[in-house]
Amino acid sequence: MFTDATHTPAGTDDDEAISTEIALAMYRTMSTARKFEKRAYDLFLQNLVKGTTHLGIGQEAVAAGVAAAMRKDDYSFITYRGHNHLIARGTPLPPLMAELLGRDNGLMHGKGGSMHLIDVERGILGSYAIIGAQLVIANGAAWSAQYRGSGQVTVCFFGDGATNIGAFHEALNFAVIWKLPVVFVCENNLYMEYTRIDGVTAVAHPAADRASAYNLPSILIDGNDPDEVYLTAKRAVDQARAGGGPSLIEAVTYRHGGHSRADPAKYRDPEEVRDWLTRDPLPAYRSRLVASGVREAVLDAIDAEIITQVDEATEQAKAGAWPRPERLHTNVWSDGGATWRN
Amino acid sequence: MTLLTYRSAVARGIAQEMRRDPNVVFFGEDVAAAGGVFKTTVGLLEEFGPDRVRDTPISEQAILGAAMGAAMTGLRPIAEIMYSDFFAVCWDLVANEIAKSRYMSDGQVSFPLVIQCGNGAGLRFGAQHSQSIENWAMAIPGLKVVAPATAADVVGLMAAAVRDDDPVIFFNHKALYASKEEVPDGEIVDRLGRAVVRREGGDATVVALAAMVPRALAAAERLSSEQGIECAVVDVRSLVPLDTTTILAEVAKTGRLFTVEENPRLCGWGAEIVSIATEECWASLTGAPVRITTPHIPLPSADSLEDLAIPSVDRIVDTVSTALSR
Repeated sequence: MFTDATHTPAGTDDDEAISTEIALAMYRTMSTARKFEKRAYDLFLQNLVKGTTHLGIGQEAVAAGVAAAMRKDDYSFITYRGHNHLIARGTPLPPLMAELLGRDNGLMHGKGGSMHLIDVERGILGSYAIIGAQLVIANGAAWSAQYRGSGQVTVCFFGDGATNIGAFHEALNFAVIWKLPVVFVCENNLYMEYTRIDGVTAVAHPAADRASAYNLPSILIDGNDPDEVYLTAKRAVDQARAGGGPSLIEAVTYRHGGHSRADPAKYRDPEEVRDWLTRDPLPAYRSRLVASGVREAVLDAIDAEIITQVDEATEQAKAGAWPRPERLHTNVWSDGGATWRN
Repeated sequence: MTLLTYRSAVARGIAQEMRRDPNVVFFGEDVAAAGGVFKTTVGLLEEFGPDRVRDTPISEQAILGAAMGAAMTGLRPIAEIMYSDFFAVCWDLVANEIAKSRYMSDGQVSFPLVIQCGNGAGLRFGAQHSQSIENWAMAIPGLKVVAPATAADVVGLMAAAVRDDDPVIFFNHKALYASKEEVPDGEIVDRLGRAVVRREGGDATVVALAAMVPRALAAAERLSSEQGIECAVVDVRSLVPLDTTTILAEVAKTGRLFTVEENPRLCGWGAEIVSIATEECWASLTGAPVRITTPHIPLPSADSLEDLAIPSVDRIVDTVSTALSR
């Protein structure tokens, strides 16, 4: 399906084996993300997660595969559908869950919420809720790393909808002319919010088809296959780290639910949904691991451990205090305050 | 002391900071090889090289995105938006991303960056290359806003802006580029949030910014010599942070407040200062504060119309004189 003649077929020019350690890490990431987001969904229905939240259930393989290819000090720029990416880079679940519940023990003390997650300590330099903004900002981090000679690579995730935003085009051109160590990863889940991307886009593969216009190779992959994602991302990240410049990867995947919690996604063809559910990356990867010799008991133990972690995170979040009123006026400015006059 | 144009002060201020701190980088459209469309950044590429002084494509979102990403990862970028009107095509980066991200992350990230631009009217460029937009920036929590009126202030306030850990929008005024003054040699470092009393006077306080400062001073001289009215003139210099102490102290002395701004009449910074003075200095006021502004119009191109729109020395003189005679 993804060996379109006009695009680079993924994984065909290498026979790298993926170590069991990396495979299990990717499984753990996907399983954690799935269980965390299912819990977030339950908490939303209980009116404990307020506002809105955008789940990436079904898309976990992209976050898991790319993160496995990154160095600990690399940078991630992500979207408002970003829980998976924080989990993949190691953000602990309790502050993540507490942030969704708007509590003081949240990652940003309740000032960000689900759409604005950031965890600088783990290289997550922001979840961007204005479509496409993160691509141009990621360039700046990549330039900074290049200038400082730090060897850090910046990975910037975005959705298919962002490819029709001007910032996408400005960012790709800019990254190429400055030869920046940045990897753009399009999580193409086929839907731009409530509308199929192919109904509003002039090209079939919204990111990959446009990449060559900016002198980037068109890399189109199966975003539900963590091994393929990992191997492709590793090549791109290694190339960027070695000074070989930017890359763009379009990973085709599927969002099991609607755009946000307000969206029942009834606009989708039931046939299409059924088809993609049969390609759910999590059970598929579990089967592959078992077929390759990983014992079921090992995977069961991982899953059990994750359930405990999600339960604990939920309890800690629920027990968290509301942010203190004085937080309203902190951290507008670098002196910690909000004073605009003397 | 050296006689310096406001135009060359821009390059001098940037160079001063780049010499001091290797993490300061400068980029924008036509700023490197060409030295800026107004020749404000001549010599920077030659001195600091293409790693630190860079030309960009006409991609304002990419420019400000690069500034933001660089600032949050250890650099102290100065980015140029050629004309302030062009902020409109990259406003998401300014208003949603750079301004809000420190607060949203509750302090996990800082944005030590400067965005400098050519602001204001007087060169007959018409509505899309002449606007003063410091009010747009001032309205957004998280941005500092600076607009120097003199060559020395361009250097000193640029130093303060670059050394500040918050994002600063730095409005150079296009109509002042050719103005000259004696500027001290060596490093000049000012500080943000300090207004300067450019002229003392006991009858009225005129508060002005950028290109309106020399006009307010010229008007004050005429009011003094022709009518014996003595006006204090306060150069605001920095809208955020705002030095209300200096402004209110002057208003308290004179009892009369006039603001002179090159902005459309609605929602200008002058209205904010009038509001603050009315709330906090009411007992000292002996007459209603008066705002002198452009009309609420886009700016026209023709000499006669643009001159009519922007507060002139004549208009300032007439307005102050009429108000004081009531």
